[in-house]
Amino acid sequence: MELIIQKNYFFNKLKKILSMFLNDKLALISIIFLSFMVFLALFGPSLINDSFTKMNLRLRNLEPFSFDHHFMYFFGADALGRSMIARLIIATQNTMFIAASAVVLSMTLGGMLGLVSGYFGGKTGNLIMRIADIIMSFPSLLLAVIVLYMFDPGLLNLVLVLAFTRMPIYMRTARAEVLEIRERLFVSAAISMGASNTRIIFKHIAPLTIPTLITIATLDFAFVMLGESALSFLGVGIQPPEVTWGLMVAQGRNYLQLAWWLAFFPGLIIMLVALSLNLLSSWLRIVLDPRQRWRLQNIGDKNE
Amino acid sequence: MSKYLSKRILSSLLAIAGLFVMVFFLARLTGDPGHLYLPIDAPVEVRKEFSEKHGFNDPIYIQFGRFLEDLSEGNLGYSLRKERPAIDIVLEAIPVTLSLAAVAMTIALFGAILIGSLAAYKPNGLFDRISRVVSLTAASAPDFWVAITAILIFSVSLRWLPTSGIGGFPYWIMPIAILVIRPLGLLVQVVRGSMITALSSDFVKTARAKGVKENKVIFKHALRNGLLPVITVAGDQAAAIANGAVIVETIFGWPGIGKLMIDSIMQRDFAVVQASILITAIVILSINIIIDIAYAILDPRIRHK
Repeated sequence: MELIIQKNYFFNKLKKILSMFLNDKLALISIIFLSFMVFLALFGPSLINDSFTKMNLRLRNLEPFSFDHHFMYFFGADALGRSMIARLIIATQNTMFIAASAVVLSMTLGGMLGLVSGYFGGKTGNLIMRIADIIMSFPSLLLAVIVLYMFDPGLLNLVLVLAFTRMPIYMRTARAEVLEIRERLFVSAAISMGASNTRIIFKHIAPLTIPTLITIATLDFAFVMLGESALSFLGVGIQPPEVTWGLMVAQGRNYLQLAWWLAFFPGLIIMLVALSLNLLSSWLRIVLDPRQRWRLQNIGDKNE
Repeated sequence: MSKYLSKRILSSLLAIAGLFVMVFFLARLTGDPGHLYLPIDAPVEVRKEFSEKHGFNDPIYIQFGRFLEDLSEGNLGYSLRKERPAIDIVLEAIPVTLSLAAVAMTIALFGAILIGSLAAYKPNGLFDRISRVVSLTAASAPDFWVAITAILIFSVSLRWLPTSGIGGFPYWIMPIAILVIRPLGLLVQVVRGSMITALSSDFVKTARAKGVKENKVIFKHALRNGLLPVITVAGDQAAAIANGAVIVETIFGWPGIGKLMIDSIMQRDFAVVQASILITAIVILSINIIIDIAYAILDPRIRHK
């Protein structure tokens, strides 16, 4: 019996979320597009085998949108006759992996620092926030360029730098949330029952900050991706023969007059992914805000 | 209010000091500048002499102490590449970036106020829905890609605008347009949000009930309150515009601070890197303090504290 009730509850919840998606067509399209890109990032490279590096010198700078060749050449080929589609798929995996690791890392670290700063307050708390100020007060791109030039611009350093420059947002948000949650009754109850600080922070406070942090992370994924591609474009990001969307734009820049599609398609994909994330995060913000949720829930029964 | 401001200025100075110490020590880790400035077959004696002359042989803390000493005399070091005081080079580049950023920020701010208010006037109306998609697209566009696509269309194909360089009005169009796109997209969202809140608040209803003209309701009552959050976000955009300036200056060959910094990092010109970081940080923090003052003047709740 209990199981059935739980199952129904679960289905109802799922149905609610689904209908909220259907009521925002743009969010629906975004989630479909993003799922497709994630699928490509996970399974694409194994589907295309080695056609990523296969050169066909007769198809050098092949123009896009022609059906004369294999469908892998539908978006054209680069200066070495490599299929654009295959290269884009490999780049999808690299770009997504870098952005996802950087976002997870900065959310975890920044969130924890914010939690600690908000919970303990005082001098430690202020010191942590001053660090956030320092990071915020300087153009992140320049900071990243400086650091990546000092150390090798490899994959790990790129992720670390991107995570570091995006940390202040999580620090500030988590702190602001904790300052409010700390004053609630259940925290006082936990303190009076003798729970340790670690337990209160991680068991009682942290779970409540997670929805907000995740909403920010969705949007931040777009920023990190744009940051990564700007760094790769400037030549301090990922290095050839590895490839990301940003690097493809940079490489295509040299062939701008000869083959516009080399720089155009990767940039277009960056923009579409960032746009989808923007639309999705604005949908998430409405869904997670009880004062605004009705906008998506009751569209169907407007006339009742 | 003066207490609040002095606290802000103090913490800004601390931020500059922290950033500066960090960059000084990081910059020394790049490697020996002698490798870049001397020919490959330079004999060991020449290399030694070069390091000796510029003090690269001393331990890093001595270099830092010497550097602080120079700083107190207003000397930010000597550019290895151009053989001129670093501060002169930086001060030449700053106005280029500042004028670029000022024009772009003004256009973005006024454009966002206009579009955002129109969108907020009828939430979920046709204009609102169109402006939402357009502004989110603008906020999502990678600026370097927009820049080279614009060069391809307007310079290479149509031959309307110059590809790069500085000069008269035509040279400004593309760099400014590209610098405007992202802040405009973000600011439209912020203006829209705060204007919706302002337009649905009680004082607007009261004004309407009193029979105040609609124009006056929007521009005098709602906009003045709706602009407060916009000012805060515009402050954060100061650093973002500097990011954009790096890209735009690199692509369009403008001799601004962004291009200078990238070039000096690539060529290990320590003095210039440090000087430009210090000056950029000072400029951005001053802008933030000015914005705080503007905020305090506009918001009576803070003004009368």
